Formats: sequence, C-alpha cells, structure tokens
Amino acid sequence: MAKELLKGNDAFAEAAIRAGCEAYFGYPITPQTEALEHMSKRMPELRRVFLQAESEVAAINMVYGAACAGVRTMTSSSSPGISLMMEGLSYIAGSEVPVVVVNVMRGGPGLGNIAPSQADYNQMVKGGGHGDYHPIVLAPATVQEMIDLTVEAFDLAEKYRTIVAILADGSLGQIMEPAELPPMQPVRKLKDRPSWALTGAKKRDPNIISSIYIDPVEEEKVNLRLMAKKAEIEANEVRFRELLLDDAEFAVVAFGTAGRIAQSAITEARAEGIKVGLMRPISLFPFPYERIHQLADEVKAMLVVEMNGGQMLEDVRLGVEGKVPVSFYGRMGGMVPMPEEVLEEIQKLARSVKN
Amino acid sequence: MTNPEMVESLIYEKPESLTDIGTHYCPGCTHGISHRLIAEVIDEMGAREDIIGIAPVGCAVFAYNYFNMDFAEAAHGRAPAMATGVKRVNPDKVVFTYQGDGDLASIGAAEILHATGRGENITVIFINNAIYGMTGGQMAPTTLPGQRTTSTPLGRDIELHGFPLRMCEILSQMDGAAYIVRRSLHDVAHIRKAKKALRTAFEVQRQGLGFSMVELLSSCPTNWNITAEDSLKWIETHMIPTYPLGDYKVHAALSVK
Ligand SMILES: Cc1ncc(C[n+]2csc(CCOP(=O)(O)OP(=O)(O)O)c2C)c(N)n1
Repeated sequence: MAKELLKGNDAFAEAAIRAGCEAYFGYPITPQTEALEHMSKRMPELRRVFLQAESEVAAINMVYGAACAGVRTMTSSSSPGISLMMEGLSYIAGSEVPVVVVNVMRGGPGLGNIAPSQADYNQMVKGGGHGDYHPIVLAPATVQEMIDLTVEAFDLAEKYRTIVAILADGSLGQIMEPAELPPMQPVRKLKDRPSWALTGAKKRDPNIISSIYIDPVEEEKVNLRLMAKKAEIEANEVRFRELLLDDAEFAVVAFGTAGRIAQSAITEARAEGIKVGLMRPISLFPFPYERIHQLADEVKAMLVVEMNGGQMLEDVRLGVEGKVPVSFYGRMGGMVPMPEEVLEEIQKLARSVKN
Repeated sequence: MTNPEMVESLIYEKPESLTDIGTHYCPGCTHGISHRLIAEVIDEMGAREDIIGIAPVGCAVFAYNYFNMDFAEAAHGRAPAMATGVKRVNPDKVVFTYQGDGDLASIGAAEILHATGRGENITVIFINNAIYGMTGGQMAPTTLPGQRTTSTPLGRDIELHGFPLRMCEILSQMDGAAYIVRRSLHDVAHIRKAKKALRTAFEVQRQGLGFSMVELLSSCPTNWNITAEDSLKWIETHMIPTYPLGDYKVHAALSVK
C-alpha cells in the first residue's frame, strides 16, 4: 500500500479498523476528537459498532462489555477523559479482558489546555487505577508509528489478555505526515470468539467475567497471576530505538515527540563534535531498564528530555542505578521544547563532564 | 399402605436457569424471590442459552453465582453501559442488568438515563429497597422522607438530603423507553404480577422494541431493623404510597395484542 498524507488521529483510528476493531466507544475531547469522528463515519460503513457515549466513564464500561463478548474493541481520549476511565480500566485489568486505549495527552493538571504534553506518563505507565496492574504502554513518535503500534496493540492485548495503551501527545494527534496504512483485516466471526467470551451459554457451561474475589486468598492468587503475566511481558515485549549510540559519550533518553525533538538536537550537537546519541523507549511498560543499565556503562552521562516535570526520569534513574550522572530537561503545561533548548542542555552536559 | 387414589404431581422445581448454590441473602430479603422469578421466566422463554446477565455492585454482586448462564460483574452503577457494550456486539442475544437503587439511581444515574434515552435494547431489573444494603444501611436516593438509615440517623431530612427519586416516572418520559413498570414483591398476588411484567420486559427486548425496565419494590429487614414479616407490610404501607405500582410506559406494539 502506498504512502498517503495522514493526520495522526485519523491514522490510528483507521489503523484500528484495519486491525479488525469491531467496536469503538468514545467521547469528544481535543486534541483527540478526529479519531472519534473518523470512527463515526467508517465503522457504520463497515457495519461495525460506533457509539458516542454519554461520558468517558460510560465509554470505558461499554468497551469493557464489548471486550467481555470477545471482540476487538477500543476507546480513545485525552488526559481528563482518561482520568475518568481509571475505575473501568482497573476492572478490565482485574477481569483480564483485552482492551486497547489511546491517550492523546494534553497540558494539565485540571482542565489545563489542548496543547501537547507527556504529563500522564506516571498515570498510564504505573497503572493509574486502583490495585496492582500494569497495562502495556507504547509510545509512538511519528504518524507511521501511531499506525504500526495500534495494529500491534490489538495483538498484544489478546496475546496477554491485558490493556494496551498507546501514549501519544497532542502534536502526534494533530500532525500530518506521509504514512502507510496496513491491509484490511476482517472482523472475527462469532464462532471464532475466544472460549471465555460471553456469547450465551449454548451447549457449554456458563462463562463468568468478574473482578471480585471476596476471599483474600483467592484475590492474592489473581494478583500473583497478574504479576507472572507482568514478568512475561517484561521478558518479551521491551521495545526501543537507538540512534548514534555506538561511539557516544553522552546519551539523551526521550520518548515520543520529545524523542523526535531530541533527535534534531543530537544531529546539531554531532555537527559541533559532541559524541551524543539517542535512546528512545517505545515500550514505556515494559520499560527498557536493562538496556539503560548497560548504556550507563557505555556513556559518561545521560540527559532525559520530557514534556513534563520529570516522570520517565525516575525510571531512567532506576535503570542507571547511580552509575553515571543523569540530568533532566522538561517543558510543561503544553509547552514543547525547541531543538535549540535541548542542544543547549547537551552542550552543558558535555562541558560538565569534561571539567 | 399406598393409596391407589394418590397421583404424584410435581408442584415445585428448581428452574434450570438457577444453579444449586444457596444464596448469601439475609432471611426475609426479596432478592431471592426476584432471582427465582427471572429464572422461571427465562426457562419458560427457552432463553437460557441466549442470555447474558450483568450483575451490579450491591447485595446482588454475586448474582452470577446463582444464575446458570453467562454473566459479567460491572463496576458500581455502570451495568447499563457494560450491557450496551455486550448487546451492541451480540445483537441477537438477550442482555439484562440487575441493579439496586444506589447502583441505578445514584452513582449510575447518568448511565441508566442515557441507556433509556438511546432506547438501548436491553432489560433492566431494578431492585428498590429504599436503602444501601451491602454497605450496611445508608441512605439511598430512594430512601423515604423521615426514614432512618445509618447515614440519616434522625431520619431523612428533605431540607438536607432532598426528595426520593422516582425512576419509573423519570425514565418513562423518555422516547427510548419501551416498557417501564413498577411492581412489588410483598405478597403472592403481587409476586405473580411481577413475574408477568418480567416476561413482558424480556419479550419487549426480543421484539427489538427498545429499553425495558421492571422496578421491584423489595425488602431489607436487616437494614430496616424490623422483622421479615413486618418488612413486607412496610413495603405495602410505606413504600407503595411513595412509589405507586403501575405501568408507566408500554410500547404501542404491546397493547394491540
Ligand atoms: C465506586 C464505588 N463507590 C462505592 C462503593 C461501595 N458500595 C458498594 S455497594 C454500595 C451500595 C449498594 O446499594 P444498592 O445499589 O441500593 O444495592 P443493595 O446493596 O441495597 O442491594 C456501595 C455504596 C463501590 N463498591 N464502588
């Protein structure tokens, strides 16, 4: 399929459709709304389910219901809407049904604004709702990655019966770039729905989907199972991209849009003779702790760049374990760092280590 | 010894739609009666293998243990949203929720209102016992003026807490509502009428006519602090005057029969 000029929000929505998403439930919120609008047009055309819910609370519980019925289902929203979904996401995690959710983050806290931000890192990556659970969190940096990771999200969600979150930001939702969409996959036939799904107990024992285990002994077993799943995901699903790290003395660690901006800064720094490279985590959970740990043996110092007050920074420091200094540069509240600002931070880092 | 005149006749049988598990409900609670009525209706309709139930958060949270059919357990108040998700991707199945008054009329007020507004083709069984049973007897949106609960120890003061919500009256105003009725479980005659209404509600869904809800006035002797027997009388003397029984909305397609 050829490349087309696509807007991030339309692109991930269409990618979901082509990945066989059978039911979408959502509520309008900028800077994500084009995804909902895209779904409102395309899903009925394909005789699939689109429903604008009365709230994000309702939307995530509709998704929960559709997931229990064994179909590929998703929602998308932006920061305040994702906050409203947290109870539902916790129930989904507790009942182990596969769900895809996209957060096109905006400036906060509170109503904040509609500008790009990465300030929901902690909320999404560390679970967000109540209880011990970890959604897989994937962070794209381009429209093409929005597409590819959305398709992958549905497979991962089903493989592990887990929530997979795409953590994007307002600029990725709004930007237009040439990108290639995947071929269309048909939706699953009723007879091919998973054996645990709620489809009516025809000639089989009833299926029950619940997240209540009133006996703590049983609930601990569920938690242990979730932890075992977490370990399996950590072992198999770490994803990151590296650039110019082979001979690097310094590493910038940044995800999503911040990673993309850091890439421009690194190109300029290299032109000035500073040996710096980029480590861009794509899976934020599972976080590439091991690679960061190794990297700390290869470079003299690291710089973390984020569009927040320093959230992934804590995970980088966990990986580094104090082996090298880790500095931080962040813009907040919807402000996006310019490559020159990041370049300046790289220059500072290079000077501080030389002296 | 055996009387040749005597003929064996079966007068009581457990519906196939119920499991063998004994319920956890308190003595005198009417949840058990409503479970049985629903199960009988589902058996009579031959729908057990085509039905998906959604349990609430409340005393009926374990309903899925007692019903012998596919079931999910929703978050507090969100059963109508969850049922919407299940129904939209299983349009040929019968989908119902079973919800208490705190679940449906308080925390889940938005979800029930919009499920009705959309004419969502689901059936809702609404258990109104005028109290929060599961958490130990606090005020519900349906608690009567003056009624003592653990969070209205001096009785529900309408100046402070406002008035009871009458959900049948509210929801029946909406165009999406196809069948909205209130029944009571306080005596045999009323229990029979309740069963008929449940049957109609499920038939409404099968015919695709839209949203159906049966409200059942129910007892909670434990949290009302009265005997089981008195609790049934209390439904009649106190609840029915505030929550009149009747048909609040009946789809035109039903009256032509
Ligand atoms: C979000 C949330 N808030 C509060 C609770 C606590 N809670 C559990 S059941 C319940 C009230 C249920 O009352 P009702 O719906 O009337 O059902 P009943 O127990 O009387 O059958 C409450 C407040 C909860 N589980 N979740």
